[in-house]
Amino acid sequence: MNYADLFRVTLPETVLEVAALLVLVVDLGFLRKAALKTRVAVAALLGVVGCGAAILVMGSSSFPMMKPLDGVMNIPGGFEWTVLDGGGYTSVAQIAILMLTALTLLLFIDSAFTKHVGEFVAVTLMAATGGLLIAGAQDLLVIFVGLELLSLGLYIMTAFSKASGKSAEAAIKYYLFGGMSASFLLFGFSYLYGLTGSTNLHQIVLGSLTANSSGSPLFYVALVLIAAGLGFKVAAVPFHLWAPDTYEGAPAPAAAFIASVSKVASFTLFISIGTAILHVVRDTYPTGFVTVFSTNGPPPKYLGLSFPWMVALALMAAASMLVGNLAALAQVSVRRLLAYSAIAHAGYMLLGLAYFSYSPRSAEAILYYVLTYGLTTIGAFGVIDVVQRATGSDRMDSFLGLHKRNPALAAVLLVLFLSLAGIPPLVGFWAKFNLFAAVLRVSAGPVPFALVALAVALSAVSLYYYIQVLKRAYVMPAVDETPIKVHPVTMIVLVGIAAAVVLLGIFPAVLQGWIASFYPVM
Amino acid sequence: MLAWTIYISFAGALLLALIPKGNNAGARWLALTVAVFGLALGVAGFVGGMGHGLETIVDLPWVPLMGVHYLLAADGISRVLVLLTGLAAVAGVLFSWNIELRTNEFFAFFLALIGGVYGVFLSYDLFLLFVFYEIAIVPKYFLIAIWGSTRREYAAMKLALYSFVGSAMVLIGLLAAYATSGSHSTSLIALHAANLPVSFQMWCFPLVFVGFGILAGMWPFHTWAPTGHVAAPTAASMLLAGVVMKLGAYGCLRVGIWLFPHGLDPWGFSIIGIGSWRDVFAVLAVIGIVYGALVALAQTDFKFVIGYSSVSHMGFVLLGLMTLNQVGITGAVMQMFSHGVIAGLLFAIVGRIVYERTHTRQLAELETMHLSRRLPFAAWAFVIAGMASMGLPGFSGFVAEFQVLIGAWAVKPWWVVAAGVGIVVGVAYTWRALQKAFFSDGKASVHELEKERAHPFAAITWPEVTGVALLASVSLAVGLYPRILLDQIEPAVKALLAGGVQ
Repeated sequence: MNYADLFRVTLPETVLEVAALLVLVVDLGFLRKAALKTRVAVAALLGVVGCGAAILVMGSSSFPMMKPLDGVMNIPGGFEWTVLDGGGYTSVAQIAILMLTALTLLLFIDSAFTKHVGEFVAVTLMAATGGLLIAGAQDLLVIFVGLELLSLGLYIMTAFSKASGKSAEAAIKYYLFGGMSASFLLFGFSYLYGLTGSTNLHQIVLGSLTANSSGSPLFYVALVLIAAGLGFKVAAVPFHLWAPDTYEGAPAPAAAFIASVSKVASFTLFISIGTAILHVVRDTYPTGFVTVFSTNGPPPKYLGLSFPWMVALALMAAASMLVGNLAALAQVSVRRLLAYSAIAHAGYMLLGLAYFSYSPRSAEAILYYVLTYGLTTIGAFGVIDVVQRATGSDRMDSFLGLHKRNPALAAVLLVLFLSLAGIPPLVGFWAKFNLFAAVLRVSAGPVPFALVALAVALSAVSLYYYIQVLKRAYVMPAVDETPIKVHPVTMIVLVGIAAAVVLLGIFPAVLQGWIASFYPVM
Repeated sequence: MLAWTIYISFAGALLLALIPKGNNAGARWLALTVAVFGLALGVAGFVGGMGHGLETIVDLPWVPLMGVHYLLAADGISRVLVLLTGLAAVAGVLFSWNIELRTNEFFAFFLALIGGVYGVFLSYDLFLLFVFYEIAIVPKYFLIAIWGSTRREYAAMKLALYSFVGSAMVLIGLLAAYATSGSHSTSLIALHAANLPVSFQMWCFPLVFVGFGILAGMWPFHTWAPTGHVAAPTAASMLLAGVVMKLGAYGCLRVGIWLFPHGLDPWGFSIIGIGSWRDVFAVLAVIGIVYGALVALAQTDFKFVIGYSSVSHMGFVLLGLMTLNQVGITGAVMQMFSHGVIAGLLFAIVGRIVYERTHTRQLAELETMHLSRRLPFAAWAFVIAGMASMGLPGFSGFVAEFQVLIGAWAVKPWWVVAAGVGIVVGVAYTWRALQKAFFSDGKASVHELEKERAHPFAAITWPEVTGVALLASVSLAVGLYPRILLDQIEPAVKALLAGGVQ
């Protein structure tokens, strides 16, 4: 192992950490006397610059994009020893994490919930570092460290609004649930290590196939524990209980960060696990396209962890879609509504992960989904934050007459919510279609088909609650018609996000092509 | 050239959404200009396409990784329906001339809806068709919810959810067809040629057919239609009945029947005489015809009468499709056109000309108002529209329904008998509405006459006269010389039937 290599691979993470420290130094050292507005602007801008720099150094370190940098930091022995991966889906996810973090920070410019500006931006950047680590991690230890780095940052960010009781309540709930789920995860990891003698994902999958441990019931215990731990991160039912409270109580930039960056990172981890599981069995199916579960032909071979893992994910997916969409119907707080809709969206993505293929198609579809979802949801939180600060509440009725109070804001809300509901030609529709088509291309058996049908039917349900909000913004009479003023930067960011949602929807091939360009031509 | 109907409609919608508010007259004229241009393009495409079969208009790769093409094409059926859309758009703008509330937004949503409808009729890629089909849902919701009347929010939400559930069913079928065919293209032609397995078609056909059928007002999924039509502002009811229901019927034909021809094969067994999906849907269509007519007969609200008559008339379209023969399907397409024009005219008279002056739609109250004397224009317009709606010879409805019945007779005579009952009841409800609303017997007392003189109705405006003249003359022209449309429709239906339907 070579430390220069390690440094080279973790250059983006390092840049982010440096930026975090710089923000702290500048804010606490030089701007102590400055007005809050200046401090917020400077800190946020430094953070954005840090994210941009991290993307740039990533460009110079892990490109050429066409080749995945298999096993950059490895012990001789090949792919099976990788600790941190680069290229392929990892690079896509890392760039996305950095861009979404930058957007979150831009939305922070207008907020005034805290006086500890430097700390907030620094914690955000450090949490993003955790996200970057998770996206590339191929080793249980790195995964765990990355997850904890991300999670601890999120707990702090949730609690940052010191004047708000809800913020504290949300943070403590989030923290307690999070701590518990982390211990589940660690417990599961320890079983895997005990059974296979390795902490590397690929080694573990390989180990699960060897004679002395294959089929051991302890694998199932471990998988359930890990599913619980990761299910918590993506707010999948039944590990979703923290989400509504956190989305409601956390300050808007923190909530946006949790809903976007943390989602992207966690789903990338799922992709890593899925790829590792299928990577090993790839050799038995040299086409590189594995049907995890075949209903016809000879009885399915024992494929290591893939079958129980698929069952666990499919169950969580179905439960999340159902609970998320149905519970959202009953919400009056728009933030809680977004939380339940996030649960539902996590369910759709888990479906794509349950029926995963080694060919990049599945990973691309999931990345496409989580990226566009993250983008949309940041915008949605931006709009909600503006409305909440103007009216003092995030209840649905505070959106009454929004089209009169600020037509541009209402239009942004319209675009974002319709995209979340999956109305073409907005990007949310393509994400859904792409994902469901990928699921059906992997396996066209009755079970995945029924699950896809359920997902499509439930997105019809979801239109109802999105329209409930839009109805208040556009249809119902306004109670208060005073215009809502929006900070120009916030407005630019929000309009930019809405424009991206429309344009990426009209030209869906652009983002697809960009994601595909990170994969070697197969 | 036809593709520009889509682009100018969306451009018009965008422009109207962006220009500053306050200049209502400007917004109206802009919307009218866009609609007239759309109609002109539709007419030009119609005339230019005479004698040509299927013509590809645009074909660009859109999502290469999924094999989706931006593929617009038109055959005779599409050209007829594009023409209908153009007519409905122009008439719709004319009959919304009095909208003063949020005028810009109204016409923006209106044109967005029109653009989506044009898109559906011109798409030859299943995926593109679905995209346009869904684009049309959202403007409908806002048109009804903001500018509607009776229980508008309920009706708008009901309509949006019914439409979205229908389109979810279509989407499931689409995904399944895409995955099953294994083809790398979603163009209708490629999917049609993919020879989907019969067992797959057997379950996918009813799914897609019902999905589109919901929007076509298929009984028992029609309940959105009367409430939606009644709650909608006049122009939106005209569009809903005139073209949006046709979207569903067009989808049934172009996607359901054409892509899954074997879904209509006999099951191999039969329960009470029903031995295939074809029988099932034909029976539903016949029930729709009779049920819609009977319910229309019992309504007290003038607009509900028209709303249920739409369900009845759309039953003819579905029945015509289920005949699967040249005459029947031609009749179904004719009926789409004919009902689009006639229903638009009826809704315009009831919702705009009468309601905006009397402020009531209750037949019992209209009975006391002596409208034949006070609004002679409305009365005579309704007489003409009513005759057309009843299916009297000389109007487009006659040609259409007659062909459907001939086609149905060749398959199962009892369908014709039952549908005939529907026609008779149709005469009865039209007559009843006509008599109650306009020609009631009661003589006005002196006191009433004075009151009427003190509060005269607003004069009939030029947009109203133009709109009525446009729609009535089209119905009459098609009724007197049906060859105009038949020359377009017949070859297209022949090609469609030759493409694999039994």
